[in-house]
Amino acid sequence: MDGSGIRQALSMMNERGSGEGAGYAAYGIYPDYRDCYALHVFFDNVRENKPLLDSTLAQWGTVEHDEAIPTYDRPNLRAVHTPWRYFFRPDPSLGTPEDEIVSALVMQVNAARRGALIVSSGKDLGVFKAGGWPEDVADFYRIEDYEGYIWLAHNRYPTNTPGWWGGAHPFNLLDWSVVHNGEITSYGTNRRYIESLGYTCTMHTDTEVVAYLIDLLVRRHGLDVELAVRALAPPFWEEIDRMPEAEREWNRALRLAYASAMMNGPFAIVAANRDMIVGFTDRGKLRPMVVGECGDRLYIASEEAAIRAMEPQVESIRMPAAGEPVIGRVAP
Amino acid sequence: MTIGSLPSRYRIGIDTVRCMECGRCIENCSYGVFRLDGDRIFVNSRNCTACHRCIACCPRDAISLEEHPCDYRSHPLWTREAREAIYNQARTGKIILAGMGNALDYPVIFDRLVLDACQVTNPSLDPLREPIELVTHLGKRPARLDLRRREGGDVELSTRLTPNLRIETPVMIGHMSYGAISLNAQVAMARAAKKTGTFMGTGEGGLHAALHPYQDRMIVQVASGRFGVNIDYLERGAAIEIKIGQGAKPGIGGHLPGEKVCAEISRTRMIPEGSDAISPAPHHDIYSIEDLAQLVRGLKEATEWKKPVFVKIAAVHNAAAIAAGIARSPADAVVVDGFRGGTGAAPMVLRDHVGIPIEAAVASVDQKLRDQGIRNEISVIASGGIRGSADIAKAIALGADAVYIGTAALAAMGCRVCGNCYRGLCPWGIATQRPGLVARLDPDEASELVANLIRAWTLELAELLGAAGINSIESLRGNRDRLRGYMLDEGLMQVLDVRAVGA
Repeated sequence: MDGSGIRQALSMMNERGSGEGAGYAAYGIYPDYRDCYALHVFFDNVRENKPLLDSTLAQWGTVEHDEAIPTYDRPNLRAVHTPWRYFFRPDPSLGTPEDEIVSALVMQVNAARRGALIVSSGKDLGVFKAGGWPEDVADFYRIEDYEGYIWLAHNRYPTNTPGWWGGAHPFNLLDWSVVHNGEITSYGTNRRYIESLGYTCTMHTDTEVVAYLIDLLVRRHGLDVELAVRALAPPFWEEIDRMPEAEREWNRALRLAYASAMMNGPFAIVAANRDMIVGFTDRGKLRPMVVGECGDRLYIASEEAAIRAMEPQVESIRMPAAGEPVIGRVAP
Repeated sequence: MTIGSLPSRYRIGIDTVRCMECGRCIENCSYGVFRLDGDRIFVNSRNCTACHRCIACCPRDAISLEEHPCDYRSHPLWTREAREAIYNQARTGKIILAGMGNALDYPVIFDRLVLDACQVTNPSLDPLREPIELVTHLGKRPARLDLRRREGGDVELSTRLTPNLRIETPVMIGHMSYGAISLNAQVAMARAAKKTGTFMGTGEGGLHAALHPYQDRMIVQVASGRFGVNIDYLERGAAIEIKIGQGAKPGIGGHLPGEKVCAEISRTRMIPEGSDAISPAPHHDIYSIEDLAQLVRGLKEATEWKKPVFVKIAAVHNAAAIAAGIARSPADAVVVDGFRGGTGAAPMVLRDHVGIPIEAAVASVDQKLRDQGIRNEISVIASGGIRGSADIAKAIALGADAVYIGTAALAAMGCRVCGNCYRGLCPWGIATQRPGLVARLDPDEASELVANLIRAWTLELAELLGAAGINSIESLRGNRDRLRGYMLDEGLMQVLDVRAVGA
């Protein structure tokens, strides 16, 4: 799929945005560098900020290739950053797992705030985002030029940090990217939890913690994605108390161990990695989430209209229950 | 009366038009303020403690009470309290004893923190329509789980969880011993704990047989005097608490005068009748953090690792590091008791000047545990000066898992915080062992009052959570984003890690 379809889908929901932030994540777009970490970076000023990032990267590994991400001026979009991409290979002689090196690098660079912000860091994927309407952001990057097998997209109605490119969705760490409709009322709890485990929140917005929580639960703690979603949006104690014993026991353990990871407040979230997409809502379902299927394609959106715009022949449309994850896996 | 005696602290007045000379005030005042003189009631205001018992009993509202009827020359430094302490000590040459909590006029940090609510960007929740979970678990949590899905789709949990204590609301009743308070008061609070799905501490006074029906709701205390401790006692409790210190008197022990050690107390504490019960300042088998870990392990071993073990410390300057040390032992919870915590009796100088406020202590304990990545290793229970549901919500937002209340539960049973607990004459039947006074407290009635208080606070907590768009108490814990500091200085805001109002 090229990016034109999702651009069209997103434009159906412009009512949900304010023209101050939008973005796209695409998987499978860098087949020539599929073994390298594709780092998408926003520079404030390439000449001033790039040498520092180059030298930091050189300490941790080698850059196979880097270039400015092609962009095309749009009248309604002020380019406050220069988007850049690096194809990076961590140094195996450091003895640290590659993922650990790259996530530490992202945390360090983004916390240092030296005019460089790493907005995506996975293999064979990239996040394209900016302050503007979805169509303008799409055209700024010409996302129709990219061919991907998973796409995420988001239109933002910012209240906290309008215009801040780093605050636009998707948020990414390594393979996981996240888009989120809602506001996380447990953000303070989640942030204190995740920051005590080596993550640093730098984007001034709640969705960032979701990417880190999923990274923690799935990559570092080895939970499968259904269990990770259950930790983030667990059943109520009343339901747990009614479960058969073995099920009750592990559900209880999950809530106790990950009490501070649990997310509260209204949300519909779609997350993706290279193998799957997963959509889920808060356990009260205070935000909409619609799921459509057509052939071997899965669509998850806030509105049915977006799905129909992208896939007029959609075969089934349904609305999952609160907290129920919807998972689409990439066929091998 | 000697020359140089102090002016009376209170003045009691009787409105003779309203008074019908029924004599209830005379019967009820255990301090001897009232006596019948011919056909009129004579008042000696000097004996008054402002316990309000007479006022509560007067059927005609004929009694009035005035504090400080006689002024001193006002002076900002030489306050009435400073001067009276000097006169008192010049006369006696002794340490001044005081009851209840810290009575100095320090700013209350809770009152300079405000909570958040939702508007527009996220919906607030209505507790009448939507579930709001206040269920709280206390105990160690694994940092991660070994949770795998088997072939058939079943989930297999290989991580073993240590026993946690489940409370239906994050409010527990703190430790007040049989001896410091009456058995009726203990029974009333134990029943209230059972009714509301929470727990109550025994204090260091053993567990009287009258409390055995509620033992699954009791946390048994092991303090430096080890009064009442044997294996039967440990096994009866739902959890065990080692008391290292107390917010009202950090660094010192306790003293129950022999005159209070009646036959029942002697049996429960396992000490001779009429003997003073003196708890040493330290535990003489705990001179270091590893000694504490040993005792925790010993108690767990004795109870076959079935009971959570809590450790209570007074909030002192280094509380955060001490809590981190406790978290490294097998202990399940650390109780941090702030400098406003109550007591039956403490030297006034310690009560008023030693220790730090619970708000700062909880914030720094939570932060230190997180810095060291061991917050999951231990629950944090805040106590010392919790006056209402707002204080509870703020304590939890600062990082506590739950709170203990003490004075508030006593107040629910009638206590007017007069601060004369150590005299053993409590006219409300709470801090006394005199049978006539104890009988005034009906455990059935009083338990309903305490239960009502906990129920009311639970309802209010649900309202506060709902307004903040949070449907589970876990999501408030450590959620300092939902607090703002109002008129707090920058240094303190850094300790609390909260922003200023408007920021």
